[in-house]
Amino acid sequence: MIKAEGLTKTIGHKQILRGIDLHIPEGRFVTVFGPNGAGKSTLLKTLALISKPTSGNILINGLDIRKNADVIRQQIGVISHQTFLYDNLTARENLSFYGQMYRVPQLKDRIFDVLSEVGLEISLNEPVRTFSRGMQQRLAIARAILHDPALLFLDEPYTGLDPHAIQILNSVLRRLNLDRRTVFLITHNFEEGFEMSDRVLFVVKGRIVYDGQKQELKKDELRNLYLRKVEGAA
Amino acid sequence: MNTLNGIRAIIWKDLASEFRTKELLSSMLIFAVLTIIVFVFAFDPTKDIVRQVFPGMVWVCFLFAGILGLNRSFVSEKTNDCITGLILCPVDRSVIYFGKMTANLIYISIVEIVTLPLFAVLFNYRIPLKAVLPLVLVIFLGSLGFIAVGTFLSALSANARSSEILLPVILFPIMVPVILGAVQASAAVLAMAPAAEWISWIKILAAFDAIFLAIPLVLFEYILEV
Repeated sequence: MIKAEGLTKTIGHKQILRGIDLHIPEGRFVTVFGPNGAGKSTLLKTLALISKPTSGNILINGLDIRKNADVIRQQIGVISHQTFLYDNLTARENLSFYGQMYRVPQLKDRIFDVLSEVGLEISLNEPVRTFSRGMQQRLAIARAILHDPALLFLDEPYTGLDPHAIQILNSVLRRLNLDRRTVFLITHNFEEGFEMSDRVLFVVKGRIVYDGQKQELKKDELRNLYLRKVEGAA
Repeated sequence: MNTLNGIRAIIWKDLASEFRTKELLSSMLIFAVLTIIVFVFAFDPTKDIVRQVFPGMVWVCFLFAGILGLNRSFVSEKTNDCITGLILCPVDRSVIYFGKMTANLIYISIVEIVTLPLFAVLFNYRIPLKAVLPLVLVIFLGSLGFIAVGTFLSALSANARSSEILLPVILFPIMVPVILGAVQASAAVLAMAPAAEWISWIKILAAFDAIFLAIPLVLFEYILEV
């Protein structure tokens, strides 16, 4: 469960988030759309405890981020267009490092399980620098789910992915969502984003300008609705 | 226990990554050897003046080679945005600092172990056997202070556009007590001066180290936020 109240973020003189109020119950799949520079990634970074809010409160699974940061971090997984992987280490060494940092029990078995889930079990001992972009992104998915997080944040995860990697990512996301994990996805990909979600947000100029359930929307209308909301907020 | 495991994991990750490519260590070692060669040409090893400037030369070599390692310490974490991966880990921010600091301390120690005997041979400088243990203590405390401040500032400067230039500019002024203490203590130890002469410098080095190992406990999370 994510609850944010009056969230603002100012970097230098620029106000990126302008009072975001958001409540995402456990097990929901929320997709966020918005133009470049709207504050989507900043919102994700703030909710995922990568960066601190300038003002406002955030509760993750009922815990205040200011008082329980390490406990909350244990429950969060992040997939970005950056992989957070060390090029000179092998797939197993990368996962072993993150597994130790997250105190994952039965780490060896867990590493094999997540690598199997993303189809990389045969590349276990190969350095990441020899991987293709798609393979690296699949390994990044394995890294993000290694500690079995209750909340998964995804920032443009489809960037640079081949169709096979997109299929793997979507199947991981469906499996996690079926397990009642909360998923918070940022994407420009209307097709994938709408298909996967059960709630859609539009963020423009640091504010949520639309918040609707998937069943209230038709897939063909999404793009027009988005364009109307973006132009209306301009 | 979790703290120690986190620190150990970061040290292992840094060393495994470095020993696979040896990019950093080889450039630090090559730089250190070149510095020694420049000093050999600059100062006639047969002259008495060498005895006076020897501790200074040794520390100039250690510090300049060390800067190369510190510059890469956090800049390397920017590849694939690994620094965000570290920030996301459920550990106290100081765990990241102490892990990176210990790895840097290991690199500079390797450089020191290789270059100090080389200095002694090329300058025909006989280090008295009784001076070895105190000298090791001085080098350890001096290096610890240098790396403690350097790692902290390396995280700060990593986000700057010209971090390689910025780091020495902000590091060396803060390092003055360490440079002074390390050079003076090394000179006294090598000259086999009475312990009272170098103990006070050791105390200064130890106090500096304690302060700069404590500061990141409080401030390092703000440095990562920059």
